Amino acid sequence: MGANIYRNKKPVFVFLLPAFLFMAVYLYYPFFKNIINSFMEIKQLGSAGKGFNTPWYSNYVEMFQDANVRTSIKNTILMMIVTLVGQVGIALILALMVDNIRKGKQFFRTVFFFPIVISATALGLLFNLLFLYDKGMINQMLELLGKQGLTDWKAEGIALVTMMLPVMWQYVGFYFVILVTGLNNISDELYEAAKIDGASSWQSVRYISIPLLHNVICTCSILAVTGALKVFDLPWTMFPKGMPLKSTFLTGTYMYYHAMETKNVDYASALAVLIVVLGIVLSKIVNSIFREKDY
Amino acid sequence: MKKIKGNPIGRGIIYLILVIWSLTTIYPIVWVVQNSFKAKDKILADSFSLPLGDLFTFANYRKAFDNMNILNAYKNSIFISAMVALLVILFAGMGAYALSRYRFPGSEMLNSLVIAGMMFPVFATIIPVFRMEFSWGIANTGSWFLTMLSVILPQVAGNLSFAMVVLIGYIKSLPVELEEAAYMEGCNAFQIYFKVVLPLTKPSFATVAIFSFLWSYNDLFTQMFFMRRPDFYGITMLLNQLTSQEGTNYGLMASAVTLVIVPVIIVYCFLQKYIIKGMIAGAVKG
Repeated sequence: MGANIYRNKKPVFVFLLPAFLFMAVYLYYPFFKNIINSFMEIKQLGSAGKGFNTPWYSNYVEMFQDANVRTSIKNTILMMIVTLVGQVGIALILALMVDNIRKGKQFFRTVFFFPIVISATALGLLFNLLFLYDKGMINQMLELLGKQGLTDWKAEGIALVTMMLPVMWQYVGFYFVILVTGLNNISDELYEAAKIDGASSWQSVRYISIPLLHNVICTCSILAVTGALKVFDLPWTMFPKGMPLKSTFLTGTYMYYHAMETKNVDYASALAVLIVVLGIVLSKIVNSIFREKDY
Repeated sequence: MKKIKGNPIGRGIIYLILVIWSLTTIYPIVWVVQNSFKAKDKILADSFSLPLGDLFTFANYRKAFDNMNILNAYKNSIFISAMVALLVILFAGMGAYALSRYRFPGSEMLNSLVIAGMMFPVFATIIPVFRMEFSWGIANTGSWFLTMLSVILPQVAGNLSFAMVVLIGYIKSLPVELEEAAYMEGCNAFQIYFKVVLPLTKPSFATVAIFSFLWSYNDLFTQMFFMRRPDFYGITMLLNQLTSQEGTNYGLMASAVTLVIVPVIIVYCFLQKYIIKGMIAGAVKG
């Protein structure tokens, strides 16, 4: 940028100050403060810390012994697999299908995407009604289909499915739109050349669409994995406090549980550190599996 | 733009599957809307029939407006979200302009700081933010304005880095000649920003504003930390409390869900192009 107008650096400070002040006070500082807090003893959200824990790393020892931590990590990893396979997988199939039709593309795009704009809390309530034991939409529907007896969708064992299905369902449209955009960027000439060579439509998909979508799929996978760590609203609305029997905790909801319900604030801070570490490690793993390629 | 000529049967199957997935997104909404006009026992007996004749009742909505103060929650939520969107585009716009046009010692580092800002999950900052605001006397007070402020400030910070990344990308693609021309005419940096750059960046500002607004409007986590009094609740907090207080009043729940969802769907239908763009751009946000 050799322009003369930007030689005078004085205005820079004024332009940058508000944004960076905000981020320093509300992001960078709290992030490091949170790591320190995880070594302190804090019993109330509002009260001052009582000095360091003895030993100072005791929260991390507790984390290793806490069965709920194991449950929540296991559930979170399961959630990642579900989002990865379910969201990106279904979205890919739907995107390839929409790419092969002429009429209604815009309609499907609009309809598939809209669950994302609705608040997950409202969807949680909606799915609570759908999965109602006596008797919501699903159980009524199964009854119409001739099934005997009612299914308790929130019982142990099936609760995880009931929790993860809506989360998966909500974001399919999101990856769908990204993938359709990726498909639109593939030149038509490639398909025409393949057709002249006698390729079937399946072969065009297998040898043109999917390889050329590789980088887009890679981006989607990373978004799906990091997104799974951020899920909070919907599981908490449908299964507050890890119901039933603390079996549905995710790392995020378990952290909130300790911050607000048990008032074990320093432990919640340690769990937040765990979430950050998990996020870094898992996105590194996904990155190395789906490494971006240059074509 | 036809790529491959499929046979009619194959095309039929494709349409069938696409329509089935559309039904999974549309029908639950239709279902909850139609049941919001029915009494609880009618919902449990047969939730699939349309609320016609004897089935039809406004009682759920009357209850929603009388008992829940849903209008007040709307007011709080819209105020918070509008302020968040406004402050985000104001501050992020200025910051993005400086970072994309000026080169100065440390500008590389600030760029990395912006990117790093997107990586912090809200879980990792919320407790210190609450404690900080509490010690300032903003959080957990009896004042409406301070409670709103205590939600707005962390949400602005959480959206700034994503907004700056989007805006930097856009401003860098603008031709610098226009700014040079304005400079020749005697404009200073601030006039250039507000009179030349800002109008040209409008589409990106719309994307960022819509994402920030929707994100804030839909967010429950922050509201759960900062909203303690029922008359200060935002819409998602109200819904969340409704589950624990009126969890078995299914008609009321259906009407509350309808009241929250339908305005968003109407807005979505008009602005879907911008909304989809905004949500996709916002995906990178932490």
